[in-house]
Amino acid sequence: MAPAPTQQQKVDLREPPSWRRTKNRIATTLMVLSFTLVTIPLGFVLFTVIAKGASVINWSFLTSSIPPNVLPASFGGIGPAVLGTLEITALATVLAVPLGVLGAVYLNEYGGSRPLARLIGFMSDVMTGVPSIVMGLFIFSIWVLHFGFSGLAGAFALGCLMLPIVIRSTDEMLKLVPDSLREGSYALGATKARVTLTVVLPAALGGIVSGALLAVARAAGETAPLLFTILTVTTANPNVFSGANTSLPSQIFVNASSPYVGAQGRGWGAALTLIAIAFILMIAARLVTARFARFVR
Amino acid sequence: MSIVTRQRQGRPPGSLTERRPVGDRTFQVLTLAAGLLVLVILVLIAVSTSQQASSWFSAEGTSIFSDSWNPSAGQFGALAFIYGTAITAVIAIVLAVPVSVGVALLLTEVVPYRWARPIVYVIDLLAVVPSVVWGLWGILVFAPWIQHIYSSIGSGVDGVPVLGSLFGPPTSGASFFTAGIILAFMVTPIVTSLSREVTATVPAIDKEGAYALGATRLEMIRGVVLPHSQGGIVGAVLLGLGRAMGETIAAALVIGSSATITSHLFAPGYNMPAVIANEFGEATGVFRSALMGLGVLLFVFTIVINVIARAVVQRSARRGRGA
Amino acid sequence: MESPEPNIVTNLPRPAVTARPQAESAPGEVIFDLKNVSIWYSAFKAVTDVSLTVHENEITALIGSSGSGKTTVLRALNRMNDLVAGARLEGELSYRGEPLYGKDVSATAVRRRIGMVFQKPNPFPKSIYDNVAYGPRINGERAKDKLDEIVERSLRRAALWDEVKSRLRMSGLSLSGGQAQRLCIARTIAVEPDVVLMDEPASALDPIATGAIEDLMRELKSQFTIVVVTHNMQQATRVSDRTAFFYVLTHSETDTRTGVLVEYGSTEQIFQDPRDSRTKAYVTGRMG
Repeated sequence: MAPAPTQQQKVDLREPPSWRRTKNRIATTLMVLSFTLVTIPLGFVLFTVIAKGASVINWSFLTSSIPPNVLPASFGGIGPAVLGTLEITALATVLAVPLGVLGAVYLNEYGGSRPLARLIGFMSDVMTGVPSIVMGLFIFSIWVLHFGFSGLAGAFALGCLMLPIVIRSTDEMLKLVPDSLREGSYALGATKARVTLTVVLPAALGGIVSGALLAVARAAGETAPLLFTILTVTTANPNVFSGANTSLPSQIFVNASSPYVGAQGRGWGAALTLIAIAFILMIAARLVTARFARFVR
Repeated sequence: MSIVTRQRQGRPPGSLTERRPVGDRTFQVLTLAAGLLVLVILVLIAVSTSQQASSWFSAEGTSIFSDSWNPSAGQFGALAFIYGTAITAVIAIVLAVPVSVGVALLLTEVVPYRWARPIVYVIDLLAVVPSVVWGLWGILVFAPWIQHIYSSIGSGVDGVPVLGSLFGPPTSGASFFTAGIILAFMVTPIVTSLSREVTATVPAIDKEGAYALGATRLEMIRGVVLPHSQGGIVGAVLLGLGRAMGETIAAALVIGSSATITSHLFAPGYNMPAVIANEFGEATGVFRSALMGLGVLLFVFTIVINVIARAVVQRSARRGRGA
Repeated sequence: MESPEPNIVTNLPRPAVTARPQAESAPGEVIFDLKNVSIWYSAFKAVTDVSLTVHENEITALIGSSGSGKTTVLRALNRMNDLVAGARLEGELSYRGEPLYGKDVSATAVRRRIGMVFQKPNPFPKSIYDNVAYGPRINGERAKDKLDEIVERSLRRAALWDEVKSRLRMSGLSLSGGQAQRLCIARTIAVEPDVVLMDEPASALDPIATGAIEDLMRELKSQFTIVVVTHNMQQATRVSDRTAFFYVLTHSETDTRTGVLVEYGSTEQIFQDPRDSRTKAYVTGRMG
């Protein structure tokens, strides 16, 4: 006997409206909203800096000496500050990057999971959270009090700031180098130092450079460590090792608190210059990462 | 295929016992020294700044925590600044955390891979704006603008029990709240990227399990992602808090430079790093020592917060891996 | 002794003993002499009580299933196990009469004489030239013309010269699997080692590349002593003079596993007339 044909029930797959779905939609909207909340101030700042700074910037602005604050923005420039930033940041980089790379080599190649290495790694991370002004006070206490203000003192303070950043980013890069490369080098009779210097570091070089560039960008924009180490002056000082100095962020700080419109205008110009420098370094870091990505398999 | 051959003559020369080359040993020592430098610097910071602050400690004794700060009269109680640091940091975190976690979740759960990169670029851009530029914009553009909003709110809630004491007059563009807002902008990138690191490691299987039960995305996030990531997010928040406490220049420019303890968030205030930045240049004697001492306090607070934060992050990462 | 094997076994293809260079009638000098060697990784005893000798200018194959300790033994021969924390060796392992794990013996000196080619080709992210020149350079050779000569000679011996001679400056990472492995071989022989150890050198390669590697091994035999780990029995019969068969021994009570050397002899004997039943089972394909 044939079974009776069953009535096919119509399946309704449309989702009924519900509070659950609405909640989900609200949540998604909130998440997108958070992103907009982030972009708005960023856009504002960049827009303002570019708008107010662009009218001030030209080659003579970047090279002329710093005039008294009361003078309008078209007078003089921020040349000494540009010079100061370049030389102090360069010196800080020369101090911090090699030491940071060596420290990361210790953590990754020699220290391993030993207690001392774990302590150093941990404290290095903690050190990235030390306020930059404390670094300035530190160098003031142990250096400036004995040897006076100088670009070198500022470089020390910036270097202390950069050191843990370089250690951390280099360590990440060294971890990515596959062990098979190290083994290949050991198998040819290389000592550990040789393996590290001739195979591991070259293989990680792109990432190390990129991380260092980002640390430099951070250091170039820092004001607080320089406050009590270079003693912001308005004259250019090509000698980074002695004598007070100035820098872009220091100058911006001074000008921001000034009631004179002229000084403020120069401040905007300096801010635009500083942001441009930071951007260039950031883009350079990305380019380096992209170029070297294809070298490490 | 021609093979160039060379006959090997007997036993290879040289012995197997070799002293370790000097260069190898030196290199190892160098790397160890560089690593130890981190510890040395931290210890030196503590020692040297405390030493400089010693005359403040001895002059004030326990009243370093009093709220009377009057340099010209020789009074250096730090309470107002500790209060200011705490308040501005809390405001910054309260504002930044929901936004940061929201963006982190947006990146890991909502946005298709192709769009994630531009969003991360924007976050990185936010991070690269120097503190002093935030301060410049804050005091010259933002503060005057928000002053109007403050006064409207202030006059609106004047007299209302709780809101009045929080948001009522006196109001000023340069105030605790403004500093808190600017700090929130600055702290967002770090909380976002750390939160994202954690939310990105949720195993896909767990997420798919929730979806397979018919969960909406919100329900999946609440049920799977957040429980998995909460340790890491707490750590990220703490790190953001530490960062907000120590951020100097932006705060120095927009906080209002008034050493008062008040519940009125729209009123001008002061915090530890800001007063150090603004006053250190001309301070001498006990005054300078007091500022140094504020630096010591700041150092201690941030170290403690960072140690706790890193420990929390490490422990939650370990638990996540073992799960 | 065993009861006669059932006929069904003879239906399985026997690994053919293909034409290969005659085994030395008189075995050459002893290069490695292992006596009761056991190797631990921390608390895990990877290999127990291995005794064998490796002779000069021969290819010695170490075969056996996974976990039987053959790679562990190979890596002990050039002290690569030193790189693993907790590795330790007991027993006597001597190289040309000298104890390899003696008190003052330097591992780097050992590795300059005993080279190694790895399972997965691992060219350095440098140019082909710099890959091959790496070894001589770290041994102090700086003269450009000497290096050029060494690079060409090594690449020729590794049968790679013709394919890369016009692009020596290109990255070593740009080579195919088989070429990359030959580059690694060229790199290894560029320092003129005494012994070349090979850890499954062709297992990551396609059959044609594998054939090229095996041809290379046969040609290199006249200059070097070669010890090769392989899980491919046909390869062992094709290239090796002697074969050592390793096996995983499980202690039923303690449930621990360790590798042991079951049988060692000329390749012909191992594959055509194995004396131990486990060897027979493995070489006739009944055991993986």
